[in-house]
Amino acid sequence: MDTNLKRTPIYEEHLALKAKMVPFGGWDMPVQYDGILKEYDYARQGAAIFDICHMGEFLVTGDAVESGLDHLVTQKIIDMPVGTCRYGCMLNEHGGIMDDLIVFRKAQQEWFIVVNASTTEKDAAHFRAHLSAKAQFKDLSSQTGKIDIQGPLSRDVLKQMVPGIEKLEFYSFGMFRFLEEEVLISRTGYTGELGYEIYMPWSKAADFWKALLKDSRVKPAGLGARDVLRLEVGYSLYGHELNEKKTPLESSLTRFVNFDKDFIGKHALLAQQVGGIKEKVVGFTALDRRSPRAEQKLFSEDGSLIGVVTSGSFSPALTKGIGLGFVNTGYGEQGQTIFFGDEKSKNPAIVSSRIFYKKGSLKL
Amino acid sequence: MEIIEHYYYTKDHEWVCMEEESAMVGITDYAQSSLGDITFVELPTVDTEVEQFEELASVESVKAASDIFSPLGGRIVDVNHNLDSDPGLINRSPYERGWIAKIVAADLDQLGNLMNAEEYQSFLEAEKEE
Repeated sequence: MDTNLKRTPIYEEHLALKAKMVPFGGWDMPVQYDGILKEYDYARQGAAIFDICHMGEFLVTGDAVESGLDHLVTQKIIDMPVGTCRYGCMLNEHGGIMDDLIVFRKAQQEWFIVVNASTTEKDAAHFRAHLSAKAQFKDLSSQTGKIDIQGPLSRDVLKQMVPGIEKLEFYSFGMFRFLEEEVLISRTGYTGELGYEIYMPWSKAADFWKALLKDSRVKPAGLGARDVLRLEVGYSLYGHELNEKKTPLESSLTRFVNFDKDFIGKHALLAQQVGGIKEKVVGFTALDRRSPRAEQKLFSEDGSLIGVVTSGSFSPALTKGIGLGFVNTGYGEQGQTIFFGDEKSKNPAIVSSRIFYKKGSLKL
Repeated sequence: MEIIEHYYYTKDHEWVCMEEESAMVGITDYAQSSLGDITFVELPTVDTEVEQFEELASVESVKAASDIFSPLGGRIVDVNHNLDSDPGLINRSPYERGWIAKIVAADLDQLGNLMNAEEYQSFLEAEKEE
């Protein structure tokens, strides 16, 4: 048992629910409760809650451009209406992805930023180094709890506890009273379903967890189900499809990069646009239930090594294996047959859209 | 964890049940519980030979793939094709309907290399304490 693992404020509830705990990004997190497939169904058909307290949250105060924030992220932020959020990346000078993140505009000059758990400290140092003297920066991670509720029933469940949330549109947010606290609730998620992410005081997170579970339609779901849900809709996972050695062009996140403004890493991306990329992320679907696994190799039909699997799983929706991986450009046309595995065992798959599951309630 | 009295067990959590004509092989309740939802089983080929403790099959759960080792050496005479369409049978019925293969054992002395139910129970308890 790794005693250095950090615990979320909901840790004791996970133990009471007999969750299987695993290390994730330096945290002791629940990977499953009732079983990954059951929890997957809760999110696709009902309402599932996830303990996401491990993720990092920053608050930047200042003008979008003068604060230096605009220069730190790839997405356009100056035109964001207050109460909306936008997904993008933070790059190093070489265009490598230091993190993917969501920027929330809380007020004209107030920005809430959500980053990955394992990268929180690195990101905070990068923000502090590159924000201007006109910006105020606070790392709120240790005082901010986060619970996601996801699934087609999530709106019906949540609006009974938090009147008004039903008006939230996709990728917007608001401040609401919930359990006597002021909480930020956004209509965002990582599952491809209708859903909300709730940011509350760290010390009260377990109370919110218990309050949500009082509704019998709500079930807890772990990181195992979360990974299957996100992979079925082709969302990237930091450390897998995204890392500091890969640019958004290679990780197929170009649409989250705004080339009309300046940002750290832009010159490297422009050079790469001219010189061309050597590899890119594609989705692929196995022919049967056998599933690709991260770090397996990818081969062409003539047996050449053409890439590597970054994420792989069984897809309950397709009842087939699905995966994402980097392949050399020149391969990876949709419909093309490729193989995953190793030199001894190569399993066929068809290159496909990375959105494997399209029937989600996301825009319901 | 359920353990069947008259079965024999390996340290890798496979079981074998001696029947009249052959030995039925599968994975234990503990193994299926550790793996979680099983989504794919690669069955061995009928009429091939397998050595004791050599790779017999592989099972995949949502999260990972694991090799299954044969508790006995011998010739594979039957495999459970119900697992092709319903691999979750192993989760629901690890000791009966979720069997993997039937083997005609080459040497019954190899049973001496396995644990009986009582020994396997102690083995599980020792593993849990680690």
